[in-house]
Amino acid sequence: MQAVVTVVGKDKTGIIAKISTFLAEKEINILDISQTILDKYFTMIMLVDLSAANVKLADLAEECKELGEKIGMSIHVQHEEIFNTMHSV
Amino acid sequence: MLKRNEILETIEMVEKEHLDIRTITMGISLLPYIRATAKETAQAVYDAVCKKAENIVKVAEDLSKEYGIPIVNKRVSVTPVSLICAPFPEQAGLIGKQLDRAAETLGIDFLGGYSALVHKSTADYEKKFLLTIPEVLATTQKLCSSVNVGSSKSGINMDAVKLMGEVVKMTAEATKDKDGFGCAKLVVFCNAVEDNPFMAGAFHGVGESDTVINCGVSGPGVVQHAIEAVPDSDLADLAETIKRTAFKITRAGQLIAKEASNRLNAKFGIVDLSLAPTPARGDSVAQILEAMGLESVGTHGTTACLAMLNDAVKKGGVMASSRVGGLSGAFIPVSEDIGMIEAAERGDICLDKLEAMTAVCSVGLDMIAIPGKTSASTISAIIADEAAIGMINNKTTAVRVIPVPGKDVGQEVNFGGLLGRAPIMPVHDKSSDKFISRGGLIPAPIHSNKN
Repeated sequence: MQAVVTVVGKDKTGIIAKISTFLAEKEINILDISQTILDKYFTMIMLVDLSAANVKLADLAEECKELGEKIGMSIHVQHEEIFNTMHSV
Repeated sequence: MLKRNEILETIEMVEKEHLDIRTITMGISLLPYIRATAKETAQAVYDAVCKKAENIVKVAEDLSKEYGIPIVNKRVSVTPVSLICAPFPEQAGLIGKQLDRAAETLGIDFLGGYSALVHKSTADYEKKFLLTIPEVLATTQKLCSSVNVGSSKSGINMDAVKLMGEVVKMTAEATKDKDGFGCAKLVVFCNAVEDNPFMAGAFHGVGESDTVINCGVSGPGVVQHAIEAVPDSDLADLAETIKRTAFKITRAGQLIAKEASNRLNAKFGIVDLSLAPTPARGDSVAQILEAMGLESVGTHGTTACLAMLNDAVKKGGVMASSRVGGLSGAFIPVSEDIGMIEAAERGDICLDKLEAMTAVCSVGLDMIAIPGKTSASTISAIIADEAAIGMINNKTTAVRVIPVPGKDVGQEVNFGGLLGRAPIMPVHDKSSDKFISRGGLIPAPIHSNKN
């Protein structure tokens, strides 16, 4: 199963490092990553593979939200299907 | 490959524009659980509902986290209870109370189906059942009741209309310590649909499978935002914008409904494309109409704007879902929509305008507080007017009015939560007594003869 991780917030040092370490601990593989500064905000979107993950998607979403609050970023993890469904026929 | 702007758009819809799945409703047939006595039936019904819907809350919460879209309500609808208790209608309350207990046990928000279908005539057992409604709604918390009093095919059962005016009054009186709150759980329909996931009017039709998942999407805020993004476009382009937005919202609903039905071992029923407001600012149908160019909802042009909105939502939604059903349109409840509440407080919207609006959208006169002194026959006449609009136009219409005991125009009622607050709106003071006391049937219109 694949999911999309989005990270939005004020730019600072070490965001990618913190998040990729967090994901690696959960055996989550990053398939694709894109990062930019949009309207002065750090915006990163990752496509990740959860097939070997040691955590359920619903729990991961919760944990990422907590991590986001800790490091002052807004982090979402969502099943990729929601985006495919909403934006393509 | 996923596009960045699409991902961010979805997140923005949820974070800033109140995109949500308004309800996942499990429809359960109670027909297999009729037993020899009311007591045994009530127990069998309680056990069946608790078993079939035991995971609905957990599954909805999981889905909400996994897909990142809030699912606001978890509900159950059941076969109209008047059918289950036809052999012992006076004891229908036993079943109602067990259903309410089941809703409490499951942790769901509402359970609908304390209902009767009397659109052609009122059988003796139905009449006895209808008279149990006030007491049952006064002694239960989560149980909702609906009664179908007319249809395009059968006409309007004016005996039932008369009785329901009285039942609404009795329900208000039985819950007078809570400002007539019981009436917020009671809706009178014409052309009721059998797969509606929304409350208070949800029930599980007899033509349905044994366990079904119906899903109601929402998202007035998303539509409002999309309209505000094109301030100078003409109405044809605006309709197109609404259609595209409705498509995206409905796709989310379709995905969640399918996944929910898989996980809950139920059939996928329908997606209901209704725009359902909440009292939160930015989650309002009235504000959509205002974004279209009206100074206030209720002014001239409101009906036209609403007609276009309702149609565009359907067109976008139908393309997005494999099965569309329920009520599917824009809801215009007064107390549940901040734009409506404020317009009513300013005196910019009145009951007559709301009635006109119901001719072009789903569903009807919804969550409207009226003076407690309003007579039963006036309430019956309000129901008759709505039913006539539904019957002639082949659409669902409904009345959910609250005659607030002891309160009058100029005062306000507050039900809290999603049910919101409403100023008491005036009704006409001339009598409809003679008309209502005639009883009988308003015959079905000529265009119902299609065979």
